[in-house]
Amino acid sequence: MNEPLMSLQNLTRTFDTRGGRIVAVDNVSFDLHKGDILCLVGESGSGKTTVARMAGGMLKPSLGKVLFEGRDINAMGKDDFKSYRQAVQIIHQDPYASLNPVQTIGEIIRAPLLHHKLVKGRREATQRVAELLELVDLSPAENYIGKYPHQLSGGQRQRVSIARAMTLNPRMIIADEAVSMVDVSTRVSLLNTMLKLSNELGVTFMFITHDLSVVKYFGWEGRVGVMYVGKLVERGRTPNLIGRSLHPYTRALAAAIPEADPDLTRSKEKLQLRSLDIPNLNALPSGCVFHPRCPYWVEGLCDVKSPPLVDVGNGREVACHVVVRNIQEGGNGRDLAPTSEELRTSSAAD
Amino acid sequence: MAEATLNTSDPTAAAVEVEMRKKSFWRVFVERNKAGAFGIFLLTVILLLTFIGPFFVHGENRTNVSLIYGGPSWAHPLGFDHSGRDIWYQIVHGGRSVILVAFLAALMATAIGVILGSLAAMIGGKFDVAMLTISDVVLTVPTIILLAVLAAFVRLNSPVQLALILGATGWPVLLLAIRSQVLSLKEREYVEAARMLDLGMPRILFREVLPNMASYILINFVFNMRGAVYGQVALYFLGLVSLSGVNWGIMIQEAFRRGAVFLPASMMGLVAPIFMIVMLMWSLILVARSLEDVFNPRLREP
Repeated sequence: MNEPLMSLQNLTRTFDTRGGRIVAVDNVSFDLHKGDILCLVGESGSGKTTVARMAGGMLKPSLGKVLFEGRDINAMGKDDFKSYRQAVQIIHQDPYASLNPVQTIGEIIRAPLLHHKLVKGRREATQRVAELLELVDLSPAENYIGKYPHQLSGGQRQRVSIARAMTLNPRMIIADEAVSMVDVSTRVSLLNTMLKLSNELGVTFMFITHDLSVVKYFGWEGRVGVMYVGKLVERGRTPNLIGRSLHPYTRALAAAIPEADPDLTRSKEKLQLRSLDIPNLNALPSGCVFHPRCPYWVEGLCDVKSPPLVDVGNGREVACHVVVRNIQEGGNGRDLAPTSEELRTSSAAD
Repeated sequence: MAEATLNTSDPTAAAVEVEMRKKSFWRVFVERNKAGAFGIFLLTVILLLTFIGPFFVHGENRTNVSLIYGGPSWAHPLGFDHSGRDIWYQIVHGGRSVILVAFLAALMATAIGVILGSLAAMIGGKFDVAMLTISDVVLTVPTIILLAVLAAFVRLNSPVQLALILGATGWPVLLLAIRSQVLSLKEREYVEAARMLDLGMPRILFREVLPNMASYILINFVFNMRGAVYGQVALYFLGLVSLSGVNWGIMIQEAFRRGAVFLPASMMGLVAPIFMIVMLMWSLILVARSLEDVFNPRLREP
């Protein structure tokens, strides 16, 4: 476990738009070891999909590197890139757009097997297709193999996407909001299927979602990175991060996880944000990008200086001036005094 | 060893069997679409008549003054034209070159349009700009006038030559349409998934992108064929190509020039070739429309 399977180093990606240059991903780094589950959480526009596309080699970073087994994927030779390309697969968000409507499920999954000569002949290919469908719990396989994507439900289509991603025996799967468009009722069983791939086949997962309750279920054994408008704001092991979130943004997200127990819901910490609006990417706030929404911000510090990601021990890292200062002063990083006058004005506005 | 894995207890064996028993393309076609089946029937009849018919309908296409505007009989079911030639004989023998030229021209125009259009979209950059410029230039040249000018310099008498010219001017619209469709299709997530799976550019183009436009391409092929038939007939009608041989276009031209519109006795010489051309068009349109059904998997349910 010394060398990471994939290492993202200072990834930055900018896009030039009509309104000027926007920074979609700003200086994001993390490592994934074999068998890891890493969840990236953030709301729309936080840059998590851009990170996924760069890690998957679909997009070149503006700055920084994606290292796969220690080598930069954008500086690889053709053969090396080919083996990387086959080892890392993306599962897309929209199960209705990610399957070719004119091909049957059998054809969709068989194509990569035959193209890369992993099987000999049509019969053996079909045999393997059936095994893959059974692997993703589409059973019995003969009910699905001859069907067209439009004849399946969203959850079933997403399983087909997973089976297709598994054809080349990948070592890593990047699941980009893979369950967000699936009915809540089938979400858990889909997550179980992916957990099975992780546990039994040792597939490394980079799991991207906007839903912390999904992280709680899928990534409990792994780590979480929380992104906010292109920056990593907090990082740590899942139980720590969700149970004792430090960054005010993470705390707000954790507070939003629905609980089945009404008593628990009533007693839960509620965090009042100053604003519900995500900042415009064309005109990011100065200093800490979260300060216009943060209930704990300190004038003259948070709106001036951008906080770096600081290691606060116990494998936790957080990018927040106030939290870090509290911990350095001997606090637990959670008993913070709200910027009172600000909160008062915000509740008056409500 | 394949048989060994095919015992009934193996859950995947049944799947293998289902997949191996897929319905054939043509069975689905006939079952699904009555109009399409009729179109195919009509097209087959026309093709048999014009390609196999000449082996059975003998005779000579010789002028015979005693038979001018002669009436129909069992041996000559459509009667005779203005110079005493058998109209039925001309109908049977005169369709082959019209259909062949139209087919060749449409094949050429479609091939150029699809290949260059999809390459322009996939490669992009300078190649794309060059293709757009060339098709814009070709698009501004009116075909009939180009042919009229060409006819002044070259003797347009071989069908292949005619097909080449009609094909070389028929592709720009298709190229632009294919290019824009490929541009949108190649951003689809299933194409990105194919790129992730490293399936290679040719496979992505021919298996992922183009099949989604198959019906569109086919319909365009038929429209191109229609355009080529009309183009040919127009050329014959205007007398821009040599009027030697037997041909539906020549029949129309001669009948019209001889005033068939005013002479009831000579009407058959004009109506018969027009009827054949109309039937050909109708069958092509029926076939094209129903092929769209076959290529749309939503309509292919058992």
